[in-house]
Amino acid sequence: MLILTLKRLTSMVLIMLVVSFLLFALFETDKLEVAGKVLGPYSSVEQREIWLENNGYNKPFLKRYVLWVGNALRGDFGESIQLKVPVSQVLGDRLANTGILALALFTLMIPIALAMGIFAGMKEGSFRDRAISVTAVATTSIPEFASATLLTAIFVFWLGWLPGTSSMSSGFDWQQLVLPVAVLLMYDVGYVARMTRASMAEVMTSQYVRTAILKGIPYRRVILKHALRNALIAPFTVIMLQLNWLLSGVIVVEVFFAYKGFGSLLYDAALFGDIYLIEACTLVAVFVAVFSQFISDIGYTLLNPRIRF
Amino acid sequence: MADDAASTSPSPGSTPTPERPSRLRRTTSSLALLRESPVGMVGAVLVAFWVLMALVAPILPLYDPLEPLVPFQGMGATAPDGGTLWLGTDHRGRDILSRVIWSSQRVLVWASLATFVAYIFGMAMGCMAGYLGGWWDEVISFFANVLLSFPVMILFVIIVTVLGASGINIVIAVTFASAPAIMRIVRGLILDLRTRDYVFAAQTRGESPWFIMLVELLPNARGPLIVDACLRLGYTVVAIATLGFLGLGLPPPEPDWGMMIKEAVPLGSFAGREMVVPAVALSSLILGFNMLADGLREISLRD
Repeated sequence: MLILTLKRLTSMVLIMLVVSFLLFALFETDKLEVAGKVLGPYSSVEQREIWLENNGYNKPFLKRYVLWVGNALRGDFGESIQLKVPVSQVLGDRLANTGILALALFTLMIPIALAMGIFAGMKEGSFRDRAISVTAVATTSIPEFASATLLTAIFVFWLGWLPGTSSMSSGFDWQQLVLPVAVLLMYDVGYVARMTRASMAEVMTSQYVRTAILKGIPYRRVILKHALRNALIAPFTVIMLQLNWLLSGVIVVEVFFAYKGFGSLLYDAALFGDIYLIEACTLVAVFVAVFSQFISDIGYTLLNPRIRF
Repeated sequence: MADDAASTSPSPGSTPTPERPSRLRRTTSSLALLRESPVGMVGAVLVAFWVLMALVAPILPLYDPLEPLVPFQGMGATAPDGGTLWLGTDHRGRDILSRVIWSSQRVLVWASLATFVAYIFGMAMGCMAGYLGGWWDEVISFFANVLLSFPVMILFVIIVTVLGASGINIVIAVTFASAPAIMRIVRGLILDLRTRDYVFAAQTRGESPWFIMLVELLPNARGPLIVDACLRLGYTVVAIATLGFLGLGLPPPEPDWGMMIKEAVPLGSFAGREMVVPAVALSSLILGFNMLADGLREISLRD
């Protein structure tokens, strides 16, 4: 376990270094454009050069990168070019907002998806199984921005029940959370339900479940005591990996509903070429990706004693 | 074609085997297998419908997708020249039906091209990592891990904003995002296949590594790759449409579904139909790809 942790840590640090270096290099090719965005579209090349010079962007590339890494290690991620505030300050707020979205999503998604998957997988090939499976494929197939449009058309324009924006401009309002969460839920529930179903269906065909049924144990008890424990291992890892999906999944939803979260922050930063903000956001994303993978591996070994790393 | 070369040249001294059915015959019989999976059939029909639409768009009696007629016409309204606008017109008076059908062509062409390029790179990397092993494997796998640790949409947005929004740059972005995943699948398959006897036979014959990868290994790994390609084509369509929606997609004025939705969203309830029609079109195509992939997987598991 210790070796696994160390291995993962070193590979995470390596990946973060390579990723941040690549992003820095990309920005290097693009910095006149960025200066143009700060100074306005009609600024001359000389003015842009002066701005780059004054802000220290013309110092040698490697030197700036090493300096940035050093500062980042001490928790200073630089200042956002566009917003003119320290990156760590904006990032914290935005991550908290996306956290609220994620919390709402997971509290709804996990029970619904597991219930769907278990009911479908209990009797493979039954009508119930087919109906649930087709529903799951269908909701997963609708791209997020398409379901956002469809739900907005129904609930905002036609029925008028919900607000069409989630900007939270006048304080927190749970009504504004409904549509973004619903859009994420539509996509995610189907996916996790399908994984749960596959796992449950496999367990139901195993010898020990057959033995339990033949021994005459009540069906309900077979499901709850024997089948579920093993059937929930695979969905657990899938759910952990949804954290990673969520970070890119929220971009479209947050932009669509103007929700002030991590996704819309990253989108704005990428459009502007706001390098320090992009770096920090991407490192958060990479950290979440590697960390959730790690947790899911650890959880897998704890739940399934047959696997050892 | 590599498969043909391998199957039609019997190795010297082998006992005569019963003649294999022709390639066409084998293809049609594997398509017929799809009938056994209703889900796969529905998927195939949906995909076939949009592919057909993309192919026949130039000869269908449609209005020009770029030409303004009368704005905000309802379904089945009459056009100035007496024709019928089955789905009405958008905020600039362009025929929605024509725009949706032409979009399918644009999206499918770019998605296929992007998926194809991603597959070329992914398979080449996967073959080298899986067959050559050693340092090749270490280096390729590390860079694949770097790219895979980016959430996909973030990778797309960063690449396209830096390179600029154009068809070729979308192909590049899709290649960066998909090739590592394809590489992993191919690598896994190759690691399994490389210990087979026919590979040893080829090595003993003195074939070059490239020959073994292309002629001996890849054709035998095609089953799972076909299912994956089907899913990946769907993902790519979603990616292109999502980028179009974010304003980072294929450049205007030719329509694509993502851009149609993007143009309609700021207009709000005035353009409800203009938003819903491309959203439904896009969803039906993705549903088709996913169901087709499900069907293919179900059939391949049965054997």
